[in-house]
Amino acid sequence: MLVLAACVLLVAERKGLAVPFRSALTSLVYPVQQAVSVPTRLVSSAREAFSSYADLFAENQRLRDEELILKTRLMKFATLEQENIRLRGLLETSFKVGEQMQIAEVLSVNLFPFEQVLVVNKGARFGAHVSQPVFGATGVVGQIVRVSPVSAEVLLITDSNHGIPVQVNRNGLRTVAVGTGQLDQLALPYLSGSADIQPGDLLVTSGMGGIFPPGYPVATVTDIAAQGSPFAKVVATPVARLDRLREVLLVWSKADPVPRVPEPPSAALGGAMHTEASAANSHDTRTR
Amino acid sequence: MTRARGSLGIRWLAAVSLLLAMMLRILPLPSSLATFNPDWVLLFLISWVLSTPGHIGLATAWIVGLFTDVLTARTLGQHALAYTAVIYVCQRIQPRLRFYPLVQQSLLVALLLSVSRFLVFWTQNGRGPEITDNAYWLPIVSGLLAWPLVQNSLDLLRRRFGAH
Repeated sequence: MLVLAACVLLVAERKGLAVPFRSALTSLVYPVQQAVSVPTRLVSSAREAFSSYADLFAENQRLRDEELILKTRLMKFATLEQENIRLRGLLETSFKVGEQMQIAEVLSVNLFPFEQVLVVNKGARFGAHVSQPVFGATGVVGQIVRVSPVSAEVLLITDSNHGIPVQVNRNGLRTVAVGTGQLDQLALPYLSGSADIQPGDLLVTSGMGGIFPPGYPVATVTDIAAQGSPFAKVVATPVARLDRLREVLLVWSKADPVPRVPEPPSAALGGAMHTEASAANSHDTRTR
Repeated sequence: MTRARGSLGIRWLAAVSLLLAMMLRILPLPSSLATFNPDWVLLFLISWVLSTPGHIGLATAWIVGLFTDVLTARTLGQHALAYTAVIYVCQRIQPRLRFYPLVQQSLLVALLLSVSRFLVFWTQNGRGPEITDNAYWLPIVSGLLAWPLVQNSLDLLRRRFGAH
């Protein structure tokens, strides 16, 4: 009878009927996952607590410099973005710019050796949802595959079940980057041998498929083999350091496209705010 | 009366040890070691069934399996099915298995582990493109090596809590 029950569950889950049951169970085991990841977190926080004043000072200095550089770049970015919107307005196309993000902490647990799945400590209570894109500080990390009220499971872009639509930043060549099961490799199997792609090319999200917002860095091309055969064998390395993630960003794409004529800033701010996430907490950072 | 108290203590011990097994299961090991991480939960379950068959039954195995499913992000029911099947077999052969010499016992436990592993593999394969790596079967070997450790230390604890 129990075997039968297990089989029924298997079928039910495949048909997507067991979601509330599953999220309840996931909330129940969440303390276990927390408990396992505590030692790792303790070690890193102890390292922070015992680092010397000089180290902290140096790090602070470095961060200040970095902030200055980034701010300067961002200054230019704001004008460029406005210009982009205006030009697209002239071309009569609407375009989504700007996402809302929230920081989530990665629990250091190892779910299953052959799958690349992370557990993060923000769930449905914070407005996270299935197939929501997840970014690291430097590039795309993956997407959410399951949520419970308190946690979410993130499938990395390098998992062998994952494919992400990308384009080459240099020339706009579009393709799909699929995971290989290794944390430092993506494969681009759908490129012809004569495709214009070379080592060092940056791959960014193309926005096809509607899950990942366009224009975020995914990987850099490292190796190309068998040029001249019908299909090129292209290998790329993810930009985000997937093996040492401690925090990730959950991203909400803005549902409404940017209007062709820019609105006054106050109205745009109110309309664009994601309702669930704005209720969440002070971690919100808006990029526009 | 003493028997009742002892039995309560044993239940607690079983619950705590299974919780520990679940934690071991998702321990953040470096990826080269993680492929060797044996199925601690099943090892602990088998050990409990062998020594105190009255306390751990099929229902417990099923529930523990369900928790393991959620914990390791499997489809619900994969481990529940595997653990229930294995524990059923284990209960049937318990009277003999319990008095086997340790080497023979370990080999049979490895067989049980591979049955469970196969059931998980099989239910997994219905879902999509899958694990084809031979390393998938490595935890059976490490489970075989871990079995004497698990069985002896749990036996020690059980004796301290007055099981036999």
